Amino acid sequence: MRPETPGMASRRPSRHLIFNAFCHNIIDRQKADSMKRKINLTINGKSFTDEVEPRMLLIHYLREVAGFTGPHIGCETSICGACTVALDGKAVKSCTMFAVQADGREVTTIEGLATNGQLHPVQEAFWNEHALQCGFCTPGMIMTSKQLLERNPHPTEEEIRHGIEGNLCRCTGYQHIVNAVKAAAAKAGA
Amino acid sequence: MATTITKTETLVGKRIRRQEDPRLITGTATYVDDIKMPGMHHACILRSPHGAAKIRSIDIKPAQDLPGVAAVFTGKDVEGVGPVPCGASLPGLRVPPHAILAKDRVYFIGHPVAVVVATDRYIAADALDLIEVDYEPLPTVTDPEKALAAGAPAVHPEWPDNTAFLYHQEGGDPETAFKEAEVVVKQRITSQRLIPTAMETRGVVAEYRSAEKSLTLYSSTQIPHLLRTLVSQMLGLAENHLRVITPEVGGGFGSKLNVYAEEALMGFVAMKIGKPVKWIESRRENFQCTIHGRGHVDYYEVAAKRDGTVLGLRLKLIQDLGAYHQLLTPAIPTLSVLMMPGLYKFRNVTADIVGVFTNCVPTDAYRGAGRPEATHGIERMMDLLAAELKMDPAELRLKNFIGKDEFPYATATGLSYDSGNYAEPLKKALDLVDYHKLRQEQKQAKASGRLLGVGISTYGEICAFGPSPATPAGGWESATVKIEPSGKVTVMTGASPHGQGEETTFAQIAADELGVPIDDVIVVHGDTAVVQYGIGTFGSRGTAVGGPAVYYALQELKKKIRKFGEMLLETTDVTVSGGQCVDNRTGKSVSLAQIAGASYRAMKLPPNTEPGMVATYFWEPPNFAFPFGAHIVVSEVDRETGHVEIKRYVAVDDCGNIINPLLVDGQVHGGVVQGLGQALYEQAVYDDDGQLITGELMDYAIPKASMVPWIESSHTITPSPVNPLGVKGVGEAGTIGCSPAVVNSVVDALSHLGVKHIDMPMTPEKLWNLVHQGGQA
Amino acid sequence: MIPQNFEYSAPGNLRDALALLAGGNAKVLAGGMSLIPLMKLRLAAPEHLVDLGRVADLKSIREEGGTIRIGATATHYDIESSPLVRGKCPLLAEAASNIGDVQVRNMGTIGGSIAHADPAADYPASFLALEAQVRIASAKGERTVTIEQFLVDALTTALEPGEIVREIIVPVEPANAGVSYQKMVQPASGFAIVGAAARVRKSGGKVAFVRVGVTGLAAKAFRATGVEKLLEGTSGSPADVQKAAAVVSDGADANTDLHASASYRLQMAKVYTARALTQALSRAS
Repeated sequence: MRPETPGMASRRPSRHLIFNAFCHNIIDRQKADSMKRKINLTINGKSFTDEVEPRMLLIHYLREVAGFTGPHIGCETSICGACTVALDGKAVKSCTMFAVQADGREVTTIEGLATNGQLHPVQEAFWNEHALQCGFCTPGMIMTSKQLLERNPHPTEEEIRHGIEGNLCRCTGYQHIVNAVKAAAAKAGA
Repeated sequence: MATTITKTETLVGKRIRRQEDPRLITGTATYVDDIKMPGMHHACILRSPHGAAKIRSIDIKPAQDLPGVAAVFTGKDVEGVGPVPCGASLPGLRVPPHAILAKDRVYFIGHPVAVVVATDRYIAADALDLIEVDYEPLPTVTDPEKALAAGAPAVHPEWPDNTAFLYHQEGGDPETAFKEAEVVVKQRITSQRLIPTAMETRGVVAEYRSAEKSLTLYSSTQIPHLLRTLVSQMLGLAENHLRVITPEVGGGFGSKLNVYAEEALMGFVAMKIGKPVKWIESRRENFQCTIHGRGHVDYYEVAAKRDGTVLGLRLKLIQDLGAYHQLLTPAIPTLSVLMMPGLYKFRNVTADIVGVFTNCVPTDAYRGAGRPEATHGIERMMDLLAAELKMDPAELRLKNFIGKDEFPYATATGLSYDSGNYAEPLKKALDLVDYHKLRQEQKQAKASGRLLGVGISTYGEICAFGPSPATPAGGWESATVKIEPSGKVTVMTGASPHGQGEETTFAQIAADELGVPIDDVIVVHGDTAVVQYGIGTFGSRGTAVGGPAVYYALQELKKKIRKFGEMLLETTDVTVSGGQCVDNRTGKSVSLAQIAGASYRAMKLPPNTEPGMVATYFWEPPNFAFPFGAHIVVSEVDRETGHVEIKRYVAVDDCGNIINPLLVDGQVHGGVVQGLGQALYEQAVYDDDGQLITGELMDYAIPKASMVPWIESSHTITPSPVNPLGVKGVGEAGTIGCSPAVVNSVVDALSHLGVKHIDMPMTPEKLWNLVHQGGQA
Repeated sequence: MIPQNFEYSAPGNLRDALALLAGGNAKVLAGGMSLIPLMKLRLAAPEHLVDLGRVADLKSIREEGGTIRIGATATHYDIESSPLVRGKCPLLAEAASNIGDVQVRNMGTIGGSIAHADPAADYPASFLALEAQVRIASAKGERTVTIEQFLVDALTTALEPGEIVREIIVPVEPANAGVSYQKMVQPASGFAIVGAAARVRKSGGKVAFVRVGVTGLAAKAFRATGVEKLLEGTSGSPADVQKAAAVVSDGADANTDLHASASYRLQMAKVYTARALTQALSRAS
């Protein structure tokens, strides 16, 4: 029997809690070791091969095994977007994905955006427009903004605001981020 | 858009992009969780699932037996560690001792009970589930007014009235003012509990070197030096054997202006296990265990004459303190009392605070800390008075402002407002929204059934904390400026910025004073082994107190530069400019590099001058600074749903002289959006059992990009006479000015339905009920 | 926050996947958008996960015999950006584009969403309005059920142990139809407080066909047949729409939570149903 955790109790009134389909069991460590799986993936153009527990989240793999600490962890419910990376070119929240799911695939993190010391236009625009303060959300925000411009090269203000809904920023009030995305779009279109 | 920099330009006042950004936009900055050390262990903390309970027993054996677990500690293991400190003192204050791990009682959900240390965080998390705690749940109380009622459960059995303190302050003759008043308006106004929600949660890495008896704590904090002083006391460690490093800090907003149990606990663990240890707070822990803000129930009364002249102000303030005191918990509502008159000539005021214990995490400083509550109160009351007198709310404000010639102005609460011109930003904001035309439009809109409102807030705030006698820990700030032998400049600030951009603004100041390119200047902060003692960044003080310290250190340094310049140029009349020391008579010059080189080489020294090119200055501010401004909001309520659309947001802020307008804009935008979060979306909700219902970002709504309007930001400039830069502070202004403007606009939109006041957050459901139930919430 | 450990299989074809699931102990991992957060909060701890992400042919979106068949692992982004779906089943594209945020839409799958049966999910309103069918597969064979049969209760579906969603089948929308999905957003999570999907067709100045699905209001999404009946045969005037939408909540046992009380939800269901109908009518020709 698992002790009642604060979280379970605290989330009781939420609709997300009405979830009782699974039992809880601690899996012993010896078994966990045998569960490990070999994965091979490309991160920022470089190949990585490692043995990981299936439960290892991609964000932990990137940060703690592969050494890319640019993507951050800001929540555990897939809301804040600080962990956003590109998986085969698509922005995803790497905290809501297991590393084993990325086996054989290509990941780009914020560290992979600048080429030959040249900032990506979205990075440059974030700098010019003061689109960051504490910087914690910034790597994810830039990755999502990049995706947004790839799919919609000339977004309106409303489209930008809608497009970055999956990334929370507590510092900037978003206005300079909107400016930065617009500036990056204008530069690409110029 | 930032300005391109050329070397000869003056930098102060320019929109300069930040020096700190390259590492942040490339993902190469180092936050606490990015630190990795050989042999590093990971800690997870077991927390109380109950709002209040007795701990009958704890069985840690199964957790200890899990392979990979290095240690498990509970309350009885940490009895030698001092309690979590409360830095605020009020007469008669009751301070419950708060151990870093609970021993036999827990009194809020999330109360730490045990810590597991393992070789990796996955194992530590597994081990947490293996600890069995036998709790005897106790009744809880989470509402401060219910906590004051007779028979309420006692948060601390020794104080059954749940009252931590009573505080009274009075100025003038409020009794007579109310007796002679022609009009008295009264209103209960709440400022709900908020969760600061810095995007980076807290985190600590502790490393102990037993041979040196030295402990290094990496912590996501706003106050590295104060943390060192207090944690060294908690751990019984010599202060100079504790080093605190704040790596990159991912936002604070006051929530990291504190000393937390986990900071001492990780130090304790590292000393016990002899290995470095890391603890990173989860978002859920952050919501449950990091301080909350606000938590006021205020009863206001304003006395006035029929012509609108204000006479007196009375406030009964019930402060939800939570279960114990964090660093400044009891002090925060006293700031509300200080600022309760706002920008108006209230000569007669009286306030009573009741500090109340509840089974919740403590409240403490959250962006604005006491002033948003005060501003919200007085600005709502001015609107209520205007409605009562059928006066225009702008006109009523203009009538009662402290005049621009009355500064310094001594308030009835004992402050001295430094400088101001309160009508100017209001008039500017009224012009920007074209106020009279707007009121016409509103009339037409309402006639056609639309619920359009205009809300005004004019705020004043106290910042630049502050003169030392008025602060709990010293209110000065320090700076050291060094010119290295090569001529490059290093500024070390005791303030510990974490996103505000002082690595840029302080470099701007230094570059201008010395006439060197900004890229020749580096600003260092956040390491107690490197930087002289400092206070920190909070209360809109980074630039307003830290900036002058840098400025004065530069003046000291320039004296020395001139001495060496005079010696080298063999003259007696020199000027420091353009990175040179110039002989005013001959025009001959020596570079700063030559001067610095000569000062370190020390072949020859000017009279009474020691070698080296370093100056340190501890600046004690003679007063606080008092920024002000006016925010106007145009909003429309959707009659069908109760949803609020902010149609315009105009902010005119006066923060004195501006060092970097780009950064000031950023502070205003961010501040406004946090105020908007309070006005419309955010509220920490505990149920009667002490459970935090808004326990995750799935349920606690901080604003997303699509939920906030475009902010039209502009300024008036009234320099502060308090400091040589003429700056005030701007970090909190947006938050302070925002919420009353939003609420006033929505009340205005619904006023014809009989609505006089709405408590925050103004959720669609609350407004829908007002619209459809004839003004009754 | 860290999930408990589990065994992991990533079969490359459907047969292997179904064989792995046949034992009944394994749970399906599709996009993971619902399951992984629950596992991280330790509200879910499956012993064995079968990842459908590498199963060939489960992602396809194709037209067949007057229907559009959407493979279970098609992502919300695949659906919102599919020219086929946008052209021939625009309601589904609109619903997909309203889910969560771009990162969630890039990973989250239609099959995973419907199998989770979150009472506040966006899709079910549209599925009900579309009278969608769910093709279910297991090692023992296949069966197809209606969406109404599929949705049993909050977080409960008609799926038996060992079964997975294989396809969602929706009709090709006639070119003259008008559709709309309107949603009141829960500001923190992005889920629907209430969401209403409407499909209409007009003929000879009258409303000839109406389908309405509602999500978020009750424990499970439902089709609002009362609304449909009232609107069908009318001219579709604003008054007709209001009158019809007014009955949407009749008999509903409304959810109540932090973000909306039952009584407010009941009211909002009417408002959003009316809005969806109004927009759908304006789009119908």
